[in-house]
Amino acid sequence: MGLQIIKSDTHIDFVGIRKFAFMISLALILLGVGSLIMHGGPRYGIDFAGGINVQVKFDKEIEIDHLKTILRDGGLADTTVQTFGLPQDNEFIIRVSALNVTTDEVRTKVETTLNADMGNSGYKIQRQEMVGPKVGADLREKALEAMFYAVLLIAIYISGRFEARWIVAGIMAAALAGGIYLLELVNLPMSLLIVAAMFITIGLCWYLKLNYALGAVVALIHDVIITVGVFSLLGKEFDLTIVAALLTIIGYSLNDTIIVFDRIRENLRNGLGDTFADTINRSINQTLSRTLLTSGTTLLVVAALYVLGGGVIHDFAFALLIGVVIGTYSSIFVASPILMGIGPSAQPVEEEGAAA
Amino acid sequence: MKGSLRYRIILALFVGVLGLVYVLPSFVGKDSPLKNVLPADEISLGLDLKGGVHLTLGVDIPKAIEYNLNQLGQDIRSAAREEGIAVLKPAVRAGEKLDFTLLKSEQQKALDELLKQHYRVLKVDAREADADGKVRYTMEMTPEYRRDVAKLTVDQVLKTIRTRIDQFGVAEPDIRRQQDDRIQVQLPGLDDPQRAIDIIGRTAHLEFKLVDDAADLTKAEKGIIAPGRELAALKKLRADGTYGQQPIVLKKDAVLSGEYITDAHVSYDNFGQPYVSMTFNPRGARIFARVTGENVKKRLAIVLDGEVYSAPSIQDKIVGGRAQITGSFSDTEAADLALVLRSGALPAPVKVLEERSVGPSLGQESIDKGVTAAFAGFILVLGFMAVYYGFGGIVADLALVFNIVLIMAGLAGFGATLTLPGIAGIILTIGMAVDANVIIFERIREELRRGLTPRAAIDEGYSKATLTILDANVTTILAAVILYQFGTGPIRGFAVTLTLGILASMFTAIFVTRILFDMWAAKAKPGASLSI
Repeated sequence: MGLQIIKSDTHIDFVGIRKFAFMISLALILLGVGSLIMHGGPRYGIDFAGGINVQVKFDKEIEIDHLKTILRDGGLADTTVQTFGLPQDNEFIIRVSALNVTTDEVRTKVETTLNADMGNSGYKIQRQEMVGPKVGADLREKALEAMFYAVLLIAIYISGRFEARWIVAGIMAAALAGGIYLLELVNLPMSLLIVAAMFITIGLCWYLKLNYALGAVVALIHDVIITVGVFSLLGKEFDLTIVAALLTIIGYSLNDTIIVFDRIRENLRNGLGDTFADTINRSINQTLSRTLLTSGTTLLVVAALYVLGGGVIHDFAFALLIGVVIGTYSSIFVASPILMGIGPSAQPVEEEGAAA
Repeated sequence: MKGSLRYRIILALFVGVLGLVYVLPSFVGKDSPLKNVLPADEISLGLDLKGGVHLTLGVDIPKAIEYNLNQLGQDIRSAAREEGIAVLKPAVRAGEKLDFTLLKSEQQKALDELLKQHYRVLKVDAREADADGKVRYTMEMTPEYRRDVAKLTVDQVLKTIRTRIDQFGVAEPDIRRQQDDRIQVQLPGLDDPQRAIDIIGRTAHLEFKLVDDAADLTKAEKGIIAPGRELAALKKLRADGTYGQQPIVLKKDAVLSGEYITDAHVSYDNFGQPYVSMTFNPRGARIFARVTGENVKKRLAIVLDGEVYSAPSIQDKIVGGRAQITGSFSDTEAADLALVLRSGALPAPVKVLEERSVGPSLGQESIDKGVTAAFAGFILVLGFMAVYYGFGGIVADLALVFNIVLIMAGLAGFGATLTLPGIAGIILTIGMAVDANVIIFERIREELRRGLTPRAAIDEGYSKATLTILDANVTTILAAVILYQFGTGPIRGFAVTLTLGILASMFTAIFVTRILFDMWAAKAKPGASLSI
């Protein structure tokens, strides 16, 4: 037998420290949400906010403040400059939020300004992007929709698959669709609709006693909120690739949760564990080795991506790093305790043994 | 058992060879003799990796509606005149309405009959009778007709843009219609986005208008202008090479427009200056001959997109249907101008809503860094698995290599586009692909601890882990499907790689590794211990 990180007789009382874990989660969520409120929402990149980005790479080292100064003196007052990628890359993004200029005008201005100042020092315009305000709003809406439908489909799948309650899950979907339709009539903005939809989903799962789905959905909302919160705290921007990262995190977190749930279900069926809490503890401990190993290998490659992948993919890898850690944590400390908090499914578990 | 193992080996080998056949074309050199036997599909790279321009264009439908209403207004007036009905001043008003006035209210019935007979695409919005017997009509398009006009406009814009890009000479352009009257244009490998935008976005509405040299320019500039005349600006090249503008008064109605052009190309005058020479079709040539014949010694302005390029005096009646646009262009400008004139005018202006361009060097850098990161992650995972699980780890490593080959083959075979997030997706898959094997191996370890023989532990481990793996992966695929549905460009690429990765990892982790374990079990001496 090869190496072992987790000894087979490990028996950590995960459920016992759930109150402590809840405090940590709550603190992280409050911190993130607080930061979001303070900043007036997430910081959108040009994908969502609209604007112009020009990415410049310099041959030599250059101070960001110097760059800001020469651009301002060159008549580009309304710009923000940020470093891009690793510091030694000497790469910067020049962002123009004004929408009444064309990319070509901005580019020409950047070029003339830099030429006047740099003279012999070389630079190269690597990339330019312009997103109009309407496209930005559309992309934002689509991204939110994507997150929402992902969560909904997943909730339905878990309810159907784990509790063999496809019909109840269908009812939930219908009720949710009805609720959203009613909310749309009062003309709420998309972001509020999504929040409302999340609450309705959780409420419905609670009311219909779709316990597994409730645990999983709460865990992944937890993960997304914390990741978004960390991004907000660090002042990082949201763009389309970050949305892709968030959806990946949803998938990953769920992957983890389902493997623990699967074991809980199996142990319940086999009558292992004196109490429900004991069954859950036992299941988490049994899968702990796998959980840590998979998270470990995933973190290995994501870390490689973060360090070596280059500037364009940097924030994406960063989101995944946070997401994988939080996703692993939440499947142990959030999803399972919530499942326990309301007890095993209303349906006798033995009945759907044939499905396994 | 033995027989089934043989068939499974054959299937796995078959899939493996198929995978290699699809992967190789992307890696062998262009003139390798292998090219002749291998499939032609290569992994196509997204714009973020090979560099190029991505544009989203919005078609100005209200403008097209306005043109169309204007045309209908003129038609109605001339049709009414033929019936002896006097209709005045057709004009388009804000809100996509057409206004005109009927001179005599007693002809209202006849006019209504005419409108009903020939202009069903319009409906009367309001009819106001004046005190002096005039009736003011306000009309608008029926919703169905408006939809038709919008659709035809976008189709026409799409066709024109396609022609222009084809003539511009971009390899593998991708032009497609999107919802909300938008058009997406992707031009790989192009590093001068502005020139492409200028060519694509130029309306190229060409008109010939007579110059009113009798008009008082100073008055006109103050806004006092005779009816049927308009103030325009003539482009003038200054001595220092910049353009200036000179006011000029034109007769409003165009005598000829660009729709009759059959060809346009660049020619050079005696001083080596480029100019654009156009050829009209027979109908255009007849009109041009008549107009020039009637207006000898007068000036004729050439107006392109509202800008007066030149206003030469007509020396003589011009037959043969040729005209020229002179002006001080560079060779490129002249060539681009000829190109847009040749491909025809856009029926409505387009606006660039989104523009992304990536320099080819950045694209190459992204590939290099992505590949480096993938390789590093790959080696780390391979090493870790081998150390941690011993023989089992090596089996998992083989599955992982197989997995990567299958993802690449899938990308090439389905014609999916590899984007930077796609590379990230592959890297992530490398990390997650071992998950299925980890689940299985941990199960086998548990069963071994329970005292089962290696062979029984393998059987138990696989059968118990398979459903768990399926459940866990279906949810990830759900997320990927949603990503594909709602995502655009690079995000879609990511969703495709993620899905391919999951499918491939299920095949390799559940099916292929099982073969290797079964082969081990078939050869192992009784009592041998399994290194896992």
